[in-house]
Amino acid sequence: MSEGMIEETHKSAAGGRASSAPLLGDDREPTLFEFSVPGRTAYQLRTNEIPAIDITELLPVEHLRSEPVELADVSERDLVAHFTRLSHRQFAVDLGAYPLGSCTMKYNPKICDEVAGLPGLADVHPGTPAALVQGWLALMLETEHVLCEVTGMAAATLQPAAGAAGELTGLLLMGAYHEARGEKRTRVIIPDSAHGTNPASVTLGGFEVTTLPTDERGLVDLEALKAALDGDVAGIMLTNPNTLGLFEEDIKEIAEAVHEVGGLLYYDGANLNAILGVIRPGDMGFDIVHMNLHKTFATPHGGGGPGAGPVAVSERLVPFLPGPKPVQHDDGTFGWMSPEHSIGRVHAWHGNTLVLARALTYLKIHGGDGLRRVAERAVLNANWLRVRLAEHYPAAYDKTCMHEVVVSAGAMKRKTGVKGLDVAKRLLEEGFHSPTVYFPLIVEEALMFEPTETESLQTLEALADALDRIALEAESDPDALHAAPRTTPVRRVDEARAARMLIPTQDARDEALGLST
Amino acid sequence: MPDYMPHTDEEIASMVAFLGLDSIEQLFDAIPKALQVAGGLSLPQGMPEPDVMASMKTFAKMNKAGADQLICFAGAGAYDHEIPTVVRTLGGRGEFVTAYTPYQPEVAQGVLQAIFEFQTMVSRISGLPVANASLYDGSAAVTEAVNLAVAASKNETVYLSSGVHPHWRSVVKTFARGTGHNIVEVPLNNGVSDFDAVKDAGPPGVIVVGHPTYLGTLEDLADVRSRCDEAGALMVVAADPVATGVLRSAGSWGADVVVGEGQAFGTSLGFGGPYLGLFACTMDQVRRLPGRLVGETVDEEGRRAYVTTLRAREQDIRREKATSNVCTNQTLMAVVAAIQLGWLGTQGLREIAERSVRSTRYLLEGVTKIDGVEPLLPGVATVRDVAITTPLKADLVLERLAEEGFLGGLALSALTDEGDGSVEPNLREHAILMSATEKRTKDEIDQFVTALTKAVVK
Repeated sequence: MSEGMIEETHKSAAGGRASSAPLLGDDREPTLFEFSVPGRTAYQLRTNEIPAIDITELLPVEHLRSEPVELADVSERDLVAHFTRLSHRQFAVDLGAYPLGSCTMKYNPKICDEVAGLPGLADVHPGTPAALVQGWLALMLETEHVLCEVTGMAAATLQPAAGAAGELTGLLLMGAYHEARGEKRTRVIIPDSAHGTNPASVTLGGFEVTTLPTDERGLVDLEALKAALDGDVAGIMLTNPNTLGLFEEDIKEIAEAVHEVGGLLYYDGANLNAILGVIRPGDMGFDIVHMNLHKTFATPHGGGGPGAGPVAVSERLVPFLPGPKPVQHDDGTFGWMSPEHSIGRVHAWHGNTLVLARALTYLKIHGGDGLRRVAERAVLNANWLRVRLAEHYPAAYDKTCMHEVVVSAGAMKRKTGVKGLDVAKRLLEEGFHSPTVYFPLIVEEALMFEPTETESLQTLEALADALDRIALEAESDPDALHAAPRTTPVRRVDEARAARMLIPTQDARDEALGLST
Repeated sequence: MPDYMPHTDEEIASMVAFLGLDSIEQLFDAIPKALQVAGGLSLPQGMPEPDVMASMKTFAKMNKAGADQLICFAGAGAYDHEIPTVVRTLGGRGEFVTAYTPYQPEVAQGVLQAIFEFQTMVSRISGLPVANASLYDGSAAVTEAVNLAVAASKNETVYLSSGVHPHWRSVVKTFARGTGHNIVEVPLNNGVSDFDAVKDAGPPGVIVVGHPTYLGTLEDLADVRSRCDEAGALMVVAADPVATGVLRSAGSWGADVVVGEGQAFGTSLGFGGPYLGLFACTMDQVRRLPGRLVGETVDEEGRRAYVTTLRAREQDIRREKATSNVCTNQTLMAVVAAIQLGWLGTQGLREIAERSVRSTRYLLEGVTKIDGVEPLLPGVATVRDVAITTPLKADLVLERLAEEGFLGGLALSALTDEGDGSVEPNLREHAILMSATEKRTKDEIDQFVTALTKAVVK
């Protein structure tokens, strides 16, 4: 398969292949509590010269605790050593390629961290009067405008703190829209390939889920959709490109059919990276769009948050958006307003604002032209990998994919007994994070690769070579794959035991060991 | 053309050729041409980093509210605590910042163990045996607590005390549009929930109170517990985690769920986000716990290891049957909180709690010596926050204080809606909610009192 490769690419090392990923050695790290020596301290507070009145004179005694909350008592030196060593037990984008499908683990530009730390942004209390936070309001409004241009929508709320929060917000908007028209619609349609958050959000949004089958093309079954549509349908949630990495070619017909029965189209922005500057959800006919700023616009994932999940909407849904939202007055100053039929707040304050500042930084650096390049190269990388891997890992749907490719280890499993999970674990030993495994659920032994646009050809080649080696090993030495990973700080963990003997805290551990006092 | 993509023109050409295509545009042939963006997005061209930094600094400069411009006496769920260099440095490590949800535990032991330590700390602070890996913020945590409690009690009537932060109550009400829960707001009487005022609302499936309330007052948690027992309801307490440094934990009063805002532990004010939702519950409710939970286990060689557990609760497995749609949370803030609490230690948490109580009391004593400035609730003990009334409208007073370099607090007229059950209607426009953390010095408070003295003159 590699004949098509140009010779000179083999001369450069693969920057995304971390040679020591995630670290060397396998000594366990004690918990912070196990370093604790009562009486040892690290904290230093400002001298404040306020009289040290006994607390029992200031608060009712029945409310006061008799003993302090016991925490770990360590020196600053030990604190640094502990968390630095923990960081060495952690893989991350900064260390190497992270082709985890559907998660868009692209490089996170460091300048965005610095922006989020600017004192004029980071030190601002969220309850500060509008006149004193004109910069924040301007920043938020510009972010809203850029996101609306990227998605082709009329207005947006920046409040939702993550993608799932955005989904639920969008569904509440859908409900409020129908309710305002005097309609009680009960069902929301979701393809069977959808992310699990979609059906959970639909339920919490007060609707029932109607699941739609995927056809032999890997796309929404248009006839099944038409059969499912009636006046009870509040809307449809689609990810486009879908979770198989395929563009829903019939989107125009889908939109027309849903709108025909008075339903709305919800765009799950999980895969927005593929279409930046190429096509916009609004132009496809979508009414509600959530974006994952931590995926598409490179705000770091933080080990599982913080994210940000702004929701943009078409004109007819603007009156229902959460409030308060930033607005520019006629005199040029900025303030807050609540839309006329607002569903209310979905965040304690204004959203994950420092994440917004990072995303706007990324958006300004790329501009309209750069975003288009992002989509092109993300799709190019995914397709290169699709074709390059085809010999051992056939794509579940063999045609041009978008930003990610779902391949199947089904044939490998039948032939050698090696499962998709084994491949994923063995890949860790090769210096790469695993792809997403067993999703979407409709593909046998699914391995979902999303290389993203920030990985180089050399990295892709090294990844593909590693996967080829693994495929050959599956035939020659399947036990090695079952045993993988063998180079990581810990090997496969006993998940059943974790659930059976739940130890969620140090105290539960001590009690299980008979160490509790 | 600034960006972060490594491809050279030659590489792109070779990759396109490898795919048997003539141009990169052909990759998008499945997308109907008529719908494609013609002529590119209507956005400015990309700019190199130094130019963008300058433009982002313009926003920062337009704000007149940084720590060097305004001395912060505002609280209301967002507090100006010391964040030492060591916490910023460790929390900024790329391994924590640029990882994702620990799906492959073998290469995510760092984040998993940090969360395990965080869960332990939240469990001890709340006085309950299990805490999750965090939620988005305090408002999300209280919303999830309501959903859990309704699922457990099978009674959709929610008594929501007006002592819970007004914004958090708004969020609970927004999400109740979807779940259909019957939210009954319980007014405050002299800073304590007045359950008699809602006795016709039917028995609750859950009672949610703030402790302290957002006004800083203390609830009678023993009474709340007995009301819950009587109704078969779950008791949810929105507790301030710093105040718990001096207060008995909500768990010790019998709460089934304790939630809170963890921003005070190492996360900057940041104009409101990202923050950190804290969530702890009894073992009875662990299978309804929203969000991620890390548990200890062993690997194939018997070594101690950590993994996300009880996954069967989660939306990626249970889909429409899940009781929460939470996928990611605020892991980085949770890791930072674990580092900050490690830095504080047993003594440090107690000390910032005590100092915050003393500073706020010293502040209250100072400002109420001013003519016409009174406590909103005279004689009622408060912790964390305290409300005062002034002879002038609160927003005008705050404007004048800002000119003197102080963020004087939050106007209750801005924080609450008209008719809110937490404040007397005639006092709402004149009330300011204030707080002083361990960071405020005697000098700063004395100067603030001087500024307020001038600000309340008509």
